[in-house]
Amino acid sequence: MDSLSPVLDGFAVVLEPKNLLYCLLGVVIGMLIGVLPGLGPAATIAILLPMTFGLEPVTSIIMLAGIFYGAQYGGTITSVLLRLPGEASSVVTVFDGHAMARQGRAGTALGIAAIGSFTGGTLSIVALTLVAPFVAGFALDFGPPEYTALALLGILLVATVSNGGKVKALIAAAAGLLLATVGRDDFISVERFTFGNLSLADGLDFVPIAMGLFGLGEILYNLEERHRATQAPAAVTDVWPSRADLRQASGAIGRGGVLGFLLGILPGGGAVLSSLAAYAWEKRRARHPERFGHGAIEGVAAPETANNAAATSSFIPLLSLGIPANATMAVIFGALLIQGVTPGPQLVTEHPELFWGVVNSMYLGNVLLLIMSLPLVGLFVRILRVRPAILAPITALITLIGAYTVRNDVFDIGLVVFFGVLGYLMKKTGFDPGPLVLAFVLGSLLETSLRRSLLLFDGNPAGFLTRPISGVLLACFLLVAVLPAARTLLHRRRAHLDRVPSGNE
Amino acid sequence: MTEPERPPAAGAATTLVTAALVVVLGGAAVAGALNLGVGSASAPGPGMWPALVGAALVVLGGVLAARARGTEDAERFTRTGLLVLAATGTMVVFVAVVGVIGFEIPTVSLAFVWLRFLGRESWRLSAIVSVAATAAFYLLFVGALGVTIPHLF
Repeated sequence: MDSLSPVLDGFAVVLEPKNLLYCLLGVVIGMLIGVLPGLGPAATIAILLPMTFGLEPVTSIIMLAGIFYGAQYGGTITSVLLRLPGEASSVVTVFDGHAMARQGRAGTALGIAAIGSFTGGTLSIVALTLVAPFVAGFALDFGPPEYTALALLGILLVATVSNGGKVKALIAAAAGLLLATVGRDDFISVERFTFGNLSLADGLDFVPIAMGLFGLGEILYNLEERHRATQAPAAVTDVWPSRADLRQASGAIGRGGVLGFLLGILPGGGAVLSSLAAYAWEKRRARHPERFGHGAIEGVAAPETANNAAATSSFIPLLSLGIPANATMAVIFGALLIQGVTPGPQLVTEHPELFWGVVNSMYLGNVLLLIMSLPLVGLFVRILRVRPAILAPITALITLIGAYTVRNDVFDIGLVVFFGVLGYLMKKTGFDPGPLVLAFVLGSLLETSLRRSLLLFDGNPAGFLTRPISGVLLACFLLVAVLPAARTLLHRRRAHLDRVPSGNE
Repeated sequence: MTEPERPPAAGAATTLVTAALVVVLGGAAVAGALNLGVGSASAPGPGMWPALVGAALVVLGGVLAARARGTEDAERFTRTGLLVLAATGTMVVFVAVVGVIGFEIPTVSLAFVWLRFLGRESWRLSAIVSVAATAAFYLLFVGALGVTIPHLF
């Protein structure tokens, strides 16, 4: 079994004391962030990026991945106890989770959520272990045209399903692509859009953009909020669900896990979408849908399983294709680049210890989360009492000082402030910064692939369509791009025809 | 319940202004790209890609403007926005002076202003938290991580 030996080596990597420690650190930070409303996982990972520079690549990604799936766990706690979702992916858990808490079953809700999260996460890792190397092997034959099509499709999908309007998401993505062109051209050394600034000659760095848009932007946006007094959280007793509860929830956990895994792989899918979809699915197939919203245990189990499964499976496109599926993966992509590792199909063969180390750390992280999440509930509830007004300057300063450490350049702090204000304005005007960051990350890959392909095809864009894989991907692109627009057009036409009787033209 | 209160939704004017900015950004990108040289399809120049992206921005900005009346996902800029403006001001000052006088004084001041004046915390708490946070940052960044950020001590 040759194929198994790198997997086992991966476990050896995870079990190194240092990696264990950072895995633990990551999941604890992640849970904390999940508990605190406001900063999401993408923002946290962006803010903590500078801390990872001194670490080895494996260690740093293990920690960052831990933050990501830890946050999915943490978000549940506040949803159930305070009716306050810490993360967007726990929003639907509020309906039944808090209803259960009001019936005095807060412990059961948290218990089933932890069990569901663990099951969803673990199922997803097993699938990741099997699928990712296969996808990567398949993608090894990809040339520039395939990457052009893949990157375009990825950006479009993320823009299509992101929060807010589609047009605004596409604008954000285009702005990201434009930002990626700043700096020296890779083909001939011409400086583009640097305005003579030396600090811009090497291009904009990913870290200040992510830290600004996600981190500082969120902090500024939250400054405008006035929080009313926090209510006392429901008491947590008896976290172990009864056998009847488990039997009732097991189907929901299974379905949530599968759905979450599948949606997590899709670009733009991810944890938020899959938790919504899993909840909707459970409600639709339930014999008594009216129970939902009044403390149905499936309403907690399904979305919580799905969001963890999706959080894990969204690593597949990143680790096997080099295409981040959502904003958080874009930040992890940036972290890998900083470590000198380019995610892509070669990752499994060139850095097996990294690939399997990260994947296997997730098994361990899930076990750690299962063990720790329930005993730590009391602590987290106490942390929630810290007022946002006190947290805001501290997180802002960590961001500012952290930005300096990237290149030891004050210019980068300025960039963070600039992108922080931009992020605030974007959120204010209904733009999701996610597509911008994602497009920025993919920008140079997209441009380089496009130009290489054009050289390859001698300037004939029809070349994209004659290659099977890029042709299919581009067909998908057109389908996703044109279908909704065509549908609205048809709709409008019909509405117009209804209003205006024929013969008026 | 602690559901945060957000400012009310903005009208079509805000969307029109954003759309105009998008078109201007796209137009500037196209102009800059043409200056760089677009090249041809078989020999793409450095300006080709930015020109395509800029053109896309112009088109998308136009679409956004056309749909301005239907969109309601923007928030109105209200007086609470002044808090953000003030916060940004403190950060701009921070960036301007950190290279000259080190990070300690700007850090204490920024934290204090945010706590006392933006967050309406008490004088005593603001003073304690801002000094303690700065000390913690010093220990973490200068002491533990060995970051070369300009510092006094």
